[in-house]
Amino acid sequence: MKQSYFEIISNTALTENVFKMELRGDVSHITAPGQFVNIKLEGLYLRRPISVCDVQGDTLTIIYKAVGKGTRLMSQMKEGKLDVLTGLGNGYDLTVAGEKPVLLGGGVGVPPMYMLARKLIAEGKQVRVILGFNTKNEVFYENEFRALGADVTVTTVDGSYGMKGFVTDAMKEMDYTYFYTCGPEPMLKAVYKTSVTSGQMSFEKRMGCGFGACMGCSCKTITGYKRICKEGPVMRKEEILWED
Amino acid sequence: MGRLNVNLCGIELSNPVIPASGTFGYGYEYAELYDINCLGTFSFKGTTKDPRFGNPTPRIAECSSGMINAVGLQNPGVEKVVSEELPKLKMCFNKPVMANVSGFSVPDYAYTCEMLDKEEQVGWLEVNVSCPNVHGGGMSFGTDPKAAAEVTAAVKKVTTKPVIVKLSPNVTDIVSIAKACEDAGADGISLINTMLGMRIDLRTRKPIIANKMGGFSGSAIFPVAVRMVYQVANAVKVPVVGMGGVSSAEDVVEMMLAGATAVEVGAANLVNPFICRDIIEDLPRVMDQYGINTLSEIIGGVK
Repeated sequence: MKQSYFEIISNTALTENVFKMELRGDVSHITAPGQFVNIKLEGLYLRRPISVCDVQGDTLTIIYKAVGKGTRLMSQMKEGKLDVLTGLGNGYDLTVAGEKPVLLGGGVGVPPMYMLARKLIAEGKQVRVILGFNTKNEVFYENEFRALGADVTVTTVDGSYGMKGFVTDAMKEMDYTYFYTCGPEPMLKAVYKTSVTSGQMSFEKRMGCGFGACMGCSCKTITGYKRICKEGPVMRKEEILWED
Repeated sequence: MGRLNVNLCGIELSNPVIPASGTFGYGYEYAELYDINCLGTFSFKGTTKDPRFGNPTPRIAECSSGMINAVGLQNPGVEKVVSEELPKLKMCFNKPVMANVSGFSVPDYAYTCEMLDKEEQVGWLEVNVSCPNVHGGGMSFGTDPKAAAEVTAAVKKVTTKPVIVKLSPNVTDIVSIAKACEDAGADGISLINTMLGMRIDLRTRKPIIANKMGGFSGSAIFPVAVRMVYQVANAVKVPVVGMGGVSSAEDVVEMMLAGATAVEVGAANLVNPFICRDIIEDLPRVMDQYGINTLSEIIGGVK
């Protein structure tokens, strides 16, 4: 983990309330896709944890949905410096992907799949990506994934774009060696049930510190208590214990 | 002896800054970030007789200038703390450490304190009779002078090291509780634990925290903490450790003027993990600014 200041390079809307921010700074502590950063915002007490979408050179890309006070404030920023903690969380393990991994992202669970797809493709894997949204005007990053060379399927719940249904509907028709996913918990549960291979999923919880000190985001797993921010946010399918 | 030195219950501290229990784990997360030997000491994660997972999540809610937590004393239990956590702590911290203890019965408190008292690195026992986040324990001992005294006496009977009793602000008369603990043999008093608070999500109309209520901390509660430290320090002869919303070197000085011998820093660690180191480095500047030669001379110095 590292605390440092990042310069805002750009901050643009991808959809009505999803924004992409590019930041320049010391990215040396970001070691794996699926990690997150924790951002201090003026006037708000706790930092805001946001997943890493990509790191290229000294540029960090994050994609976030403006839903609360903090993310709405972020969406209005055009320039300046941000106090950021980097290198948080475990991230995805790429070594177990096999030849044909499938990556499933739902809504703002899509961004962490981007760097993961890029890295897996660089390793010569045949990467399939399923991006799930509620409706057409919420869709983002389809072309960016295609540009990486991934085989992309988009699903929308209302059928207004791509395949009608959930990411799991597309998953059922696919042949894959391993899965990686990030999205809302009901989606993770559905992927867990639908999947026929092993895989990894990234969880989200309200955090205090984001670096393992406060025990605010603990959860129970088959292998004991874990902190989403420290031993997670990525868990292996085999260790997940659903709470209800 | 340096300008920042203070003496807490017979043990010399190189400075009065102490990360508060529950915000600093067992030290090693922070030792990855900076050399934690710069701290006066730290109070490690509240330890109970048996292992505890704590409360369901969400356990955290944000507030203006603060936060609410309802972690509920998650810890591996005293046996594992002694066998697994303390050896790891020793690798990154070479000073006496403050052992924070909670319990659900008087014998619980006595058992856990007795175990930790035997550990060489433990300098003080901080007995938490004020956790607002567990039912049938913690705070219920700290809201009644008789119960607080009973815990204090039971712990004193089985321990040799200084016992500091950590009090709750969620009471009508904190002075009577502090005095009862002093009369029962407490070597020091620390205060304040968090204030009971609650937030509601407007969209779902449900409490944000799964446990409904939790402990409110952060800079918002600082004035309440200063007031209570002042009241207690004027009523007891034993040293007082002040805490509650401390987040700057100026806050440390203010707390000491109110009567604190040492000062704990809690929630601020979760926002800026370097805050305690930064405060220690900034203290000489603030002392110079206000004409303070040594910190020990200003304890209780409010006019």
